[in-house]
Amino acid sequence: MTKLLEWVFGVSVIGAAWALMTFDLLNLRLPVAYKEVAWPMPVYLLVVFGCYSLATVGYRVATFNDCEEASKELQDQIKEAKEDLRKKGLKM
Amino acid sequence: MASRKGSQQSRGDGDKYSVLLPTYNERENLPLIVWLLVKYFGESGYEYEIIVIDDGSPDGTLEVAEQLQKIYGEDKILLRPRAKKLGLGTAYIHGIKHARGNYVFIMDADLSHHPKFIPEFIKKQREGGYDLVSGTRYRGDGGVYGWDLRRKLISRGANYVTQVLLRPGASDLTGSFRLYKKEVLESLVERCVSKGYVFQMEMIVRARQLNYTIGEVPISFVDRVYGESKLGGNEIVSFLKGLLTLFATT
Repeated sequence: MTKLLEWVFGVSVIGAAWALMTFDLLNLRLPVAYKEVAWPMPVYLLVVFGCYSLATVGYRVATFNDCEEASKELQDQIKEAKEDLRKKGLKM
Repeated sequence: MASRKGSQQSRGDGDKYSVLLPTYNERENLPLIVWLLVKYFGESGYEYEIIVIDDGSPDGTLEVAEQLQKIYGEDKILLRPRAKKLGLGTAYIHGIKHARGNYVFIMDADLSHHPKFIPEFIKKQREGGYDLVSGTRYRGDGGVYGWDLRRKLISRGANYVTQVLLRPGASDLTGSFRLYKKEVLESLVERCVSKGYVFQMEMIVRARQLNYTIGEVPISFVDRVYGESKLGGNEIVSFLKGLLTLFATT
């Protein structure tokens, strides 16, 4: 199953459960409280997901390692390499 | 751990590592990356060869490669040039055709990837017998030098979207510093059809599909192309198109 199909399947299952609860499709005569909670769930979950995503990406950007030493080390090694290669006969 | 008497002591354990270096206009960087590869492989004692796949660079990269071959030997530096710029997937295919290693490293020739991580890749691969080991900028001590806030935001944002949609089981999908078992690389490259960033993503996704095991090693990525915006609107659009294609087809 492709990821797209997994999503379609997952969304359908959740969507069906939600519709069932909200519109009482099976005439289960659930307490009104169930309907009231279920009804706004899709929007609520989307908002929660949106906030989680922003927080996660924000955190990851803030903690993205800046490799200062790696750059310095590379600069030093470039000098060393150029010198050594020159000795070995490389014409740049 | 046995003590090393000198930097050229061979481990003689039968494994050989081929390093594929696709190049285009890397006249300045090629000698440097080769020098670093020779240094770190030499110190580690692993058997290796470096395969330079130059796509007809107009700046004379091939000529520099030939000089390097004279300096380091034709058994260490192999040249597999091509007439013109033909893309990464075919460069790998072309490069591995005559590779004598049973493991293959792929990496960038512009010094953004540092050969000092090579022994770590090999150690990781041996630890878990992994089919492929991916260098990650997003975990552990992995990181980047030379990126501004905008670039970091785009990178992390794109990676997040990719993780949500593809759940690939690897933290860095667009990275191109990797170690593959040779037969694994061969089987993956022939299945992948994307270009650019998405090609590297597709390799990991297909690897998961085929149940290959993937290990990770944190790496530092030093971006030296200052001032040039390598990530414009066009790249972002084609990335998203590629991502959605993978989402719909794998």
